[in-house]
Amino acid sequence: MNLSNFDQDAGLRRLHMMERIRAFEETARRAAIDEELVLGAIHLSIGQEAVATGIIENLRRDDYILSTHRGHGHTLAKGAQADAMMKELLGREGGCCGGKGGSMHIADFGVRMLGANGVVGANITIAAGAAHGIKLLGGDQIVVCFFGDGASNRGPFLEGVNWAGVFQLPILFVCEDNQYSASTLTSDMTSGNIADRARALGLRTTEADGNDVTALAATAAEITARIRETGTPEFLMAKTYRISGHTYFDPATYRPEGEAERMKATTCPIARLRETLSETGVSTDELDGLAQEARAEMDRALDAARDAPWPADETAFADVQDIGSPLQEAF
Amino acid sequence: MAVMSYADAAKLAVAEAMRDDPTVWCVGEDLGRGGVFKQYTGLVEEFGPQRISDAPISEAAIMGAAFGAAMAGTRPIVEMRFADFALCATDELVNQIAKARFMFGGQSRAPMVIRKPMGMWRSSAAQHSQSLESWYAHIPGLVVCCPATPQDNYSMMKAAIACDDPVVYLEHKNIWAHEGEVDTTKAVEFGKAALRRSGQHVTLVSWSHTANLCVEAADTLARQGVEAEVIDLRSLWPWDKAAVFDSVRKTGRLLVAHEAVSVAGFGAEVVATVAQNIPMKTLPKRLGSPRGLIAYAPNLEDQMRVTAPMIAKAAQDMMENEPA
Repeated sequence: MNLSNFDQDAGLRRLHMMERIRAFEETARRAAIDEELVLGAIHLSIGQEAVATGIIENLRRDDYILSTHRGHGHTLAKGAQADAMMKELLGREGGCCGGKGGSMHIADFGVRMLGANGVVGANITIAAGAAHGIKLLGGDQIVVCFFGDGASNRGPFLEGVNWAGVFQLPILFVCEDNQYSASTLTSDMTSGNIADRARALGLRTTEADGNDVTALAATAAEITARIRETGTPEFLMAKTYRISGHTYFDPATYRPEGEAERMKATTCPIARLRETLSETGVSTDELDGLAQEARAEMDRALDAARDAPWPADETAFADVQDIGSPLQEAF
Repeated sequence: MAVMSYADAAKLAVAEAMRDDPTVWCVGEDLGRGGVFKQYTGLVEEFGPQRISDAPISEAAIMGAAFGAAMAGTRPIVEMRFADFALCATDELVNQIAKARFMFGGQSRAPMVIRKPMGMWRSSAAQHSQSLESWYAHIPGLVVCCPATPQDNYSMMKAAIACDDPVVYLEHKNIWAHEGEVDTTKAVEFGKAALRRSGQHVTLVSWSHTANLCVEAADTLARQGVEAEVIDLRSLWPWDKAAVFDSVRKTGRLLVAHEAVSVAGFGAEVVATVAQNIPMKTLPKRLGSPRGLIAYAPNLEDQMRVTAPMIAKAAQDMMENEPA
């Protein structure tokens, strides 16, 4: 990499965000395994932090994102607070969804993060619709829809991407290709090339190294500026690798022996950025300091979540519907 | 007060709501050509193709995109063409739209009207004739309504568009052309039944087009000396338990009739709820379709059809089988 015009401040900012995402997920995994505080399944994006970080830094607060069941990184990067997110994972009062959604339905409408989704690919049509809403209302926001490689094999992928093309909507579809569909190698279950599918639907398509946060941020800056300018949808294929298993308790024994270790050693986006920052003169102490700061933040978030009460029982009946609510009507 | 068809009554409600609120828009296949049943004719001329939006034949995307647009601040009216086709968008409706407000802890709403023309029409066979209202009544988060008259198709459409909850709006295909007086000042509240006819001998509970058949049956019964009270629920969730209880307290007899398959139909819910709460003179009864499939040939189709004479006979039987 040519380091002569490397933006060190931006690099440090990105490293801090990636360390925060990793620390959040490692803390959540520890809380699940050691303390059984996280009761439901959580899906970790360890190794994929550059995609959320590099793309979302180009968005405004009023731009929208939609995410997947593996959505902690996107949510943090969009600006959600770690303590509210951790409380949500623990199902506690003060969680961003009041303890009703957990990890797979994490959302923070305050930062226009319109939800993770428990159904693979379901967010694609919804995201196209958010962009449709922006267009109808005459807004200048854009939408970024994150989904995985596996989602490209579901029908809503075709319907949602076609929809954005037909109505010329301000949306960036990001296929975050971590190479696995749960516990199956995606390439074993995919005919042809995913990016070609987007091209065939008429979208300008870019393929990028999803583990090089510096280059990805620059690419995403160009794409998002173009979408905001033209109101035209685009597609970004970000190739990455899921170092962790499908869920936090998945040992991922379906992978060839040594693959995860080898990929971690060669492609981890945090390690790669640290190396670059070192080469530009940032000390190891300063780099370690960012990681420690991130871990301390997430420890505090876990402490706060551990101490938070369960949501009040009656909230189980709230926010279902106004008309015919379960409390008014059910016998 | 004007006389208009069931289809035009809903169209008038949509047009008025769109004039009042620029965030209301319609999306579905062929809407620019008036929709498959002409229930949108003329709207694109007034509101333009962005707000009367054609759509690809992508039911999942129509439903999902409308939901996304609802979360972004608009109020979509979703046209599914046939209730049967809405099954292609079941995940979007059941897993996403119905649950979003709750799952996200109240951060979002889905103010949507989801129009699903339902029911037996003529020789439309098994994939264009179904009545699946009980499926949606089973799903927390959804309001479900089944208007039976032009007046209700006007007033309930107005209420549905104004509602912040997602409303599954089931119009019956066989009565698009039915005409009736429509008073545009008349509001209908979800969960309030319409008393279509008063009587003291037997309570007939129904909704959608079968409610009209119950009125017809009640006329027949009256000639036989039986005064039937006809309650048109209009909405299935919420449904007007108080009105049904009051009527059954008076008559002591309950017959629920609907076009849908009887097994696990909404009639079972009504009968069970009344039976748990109100002592009756005779055993309550429900009348619905056999758990069979709707065929193309008219005589085969009729095997699955609940008719006014069948309703009248079932009510008459209840009168005759009264224990001493």
